[in-house]
Amino acid sequence: MSTASQTAGPYWHLIDFPEWADLLRGDGPNAGIAGERITLLGRVTDGDGAPCADAMVELWQADPEGQYDGAFHGFGRCATDANGEFRFTTLKPGPVRAAGNVFQAPHVTLSLFARGLLSQLVTRLYFAGEALNEQDPVLNAVPAARRGTLIARPEGPGTWRLDIRLQGEGETVFLEV
Amino acid sequence: MSYAPVAPGSQPPLDAPAYGSTHKRHPDQAPIRIAPTLTELAAPRMTESLYPSNANLAKGPGWEAQGERIIVAGRVLDEAGRPLQGAMVEVWQANAAGRYNHERDQHDAPLDPNFKGEGRVFTDAEGWYRYTTIRPGAYPWRNHHNAWRPVHIHYSLFGQGFAQRLITQMYFPGDPLLPLDPIFNCVPDEAARSRLVASFDLDITQPEYALGYRFDIVLRGRQATPMENPA
Ligand SMILES: [Fe+2]
Repeated sequence: MSTASQTAGPYWHLIDFPEWADLLRGDGPNAGIAGERITLLGRVTDGDGAPCADAMVELWQADPEGQYDGAFHGFGRCATDANGEFRFTTLKPGPVRAAGNVFQAPHVTLSLFARGLLSQLVTRLYFAGEALNEQDPVLNAVPAARRGTLIARPEGPGTWRLDIRLQGEGETVFLEV
Repeated sequence: MSYAPVAPGSQPPLDAPAYGSTHKRHPDQAPIRIAPTLTELAAPRMTESLYPSNANLAKGPGWEAQGERIIVAGRVLDEAGRPLQGAMVEVWQANAAGRYNHERDQHDAPLDPNFKGEGRVFTDAEGWYRYTTIRPGAYPWRNHHNAWRPVHIHYSLFGQGFAQRLITQMYFPGDPLLPLDPIFNCVPDEAARSRLVASFDLDITQPEYALGYRFDIVLRGRQATPMENPA
């Protein structure tokens, strides 16, 4: 039996290191790795539409070739600001091999931890307009009407937005393995 | 490969009426269960070279925190009892007076300029981690009338698979606040709750120095399934 999860609470910022939100930081593990530089941002809101201003968002992704075991360190952590916004700078991931002879569409996994969340919420960010989205096994496991909650939209050059709604209308699809 | 299913009652629900902050933050819809892909089977390599360790929260060059010094140690295992080597363990906590070194904590208790309350350690080949800190204080929160959190240390763990990621809290034995705490009691299974409580350990205790507490953590185990991932 695995150890029970407990909330990160409101004071998790003691383990917030703001530079971790920039996976391409000059002194970081990915300095000099080639790829398409992107910014991922979004706003986390609760069932009233109010911003979640004390959340921790963690990012986990493959490298531009779709690999998890290369030199690229695909991990980031970001605190939401007073408006509930998070922002990561990273490289766009490539398609990731899936079971059978298919590829998952490029995607980034986002995990949310916060006061009021007794365990993390896990979701994925996909990129609008990717041909592979049509055959992605995870997107296809989501009812078509809710699939859009996982698809980031372009917001200026190299910038993608995916807002996350924890509860109610337009509620984000969360995943469990 | 896959992950073993979560044992019933071992994890708290997201919708926990006694814990007020869940009311507007729990999803209404059930999560969608997916077969783990490479994304969930792989995990970030959290190494000490990227994330330097800090195993002493109580004392450093030229400073020493106020409070009762303690040593906390334990093993990080998977559900089959196998030790997890190289797991990154982050801890954070209130000071001895029950106040976090955090701008949003306005509890009227003294801050300790010599206590930040944040540490990071990695497990060895047998899964052991160890750090020195001070025993935190209980603190009030506004969940209900006269609500006080039991004494606790927050834990964040990275294992060898993304689905092993865990944030939890370690409690102290004999704390009279435990039966009253909605967060602790959100875990339905009594045995699962009791495993969030550290035990006093005379072997970890160091003579003339500090009491020792033992806190083991189990992360989700992997199991072979007929649905093999080609990678
Ligand atoms: Fe706390």
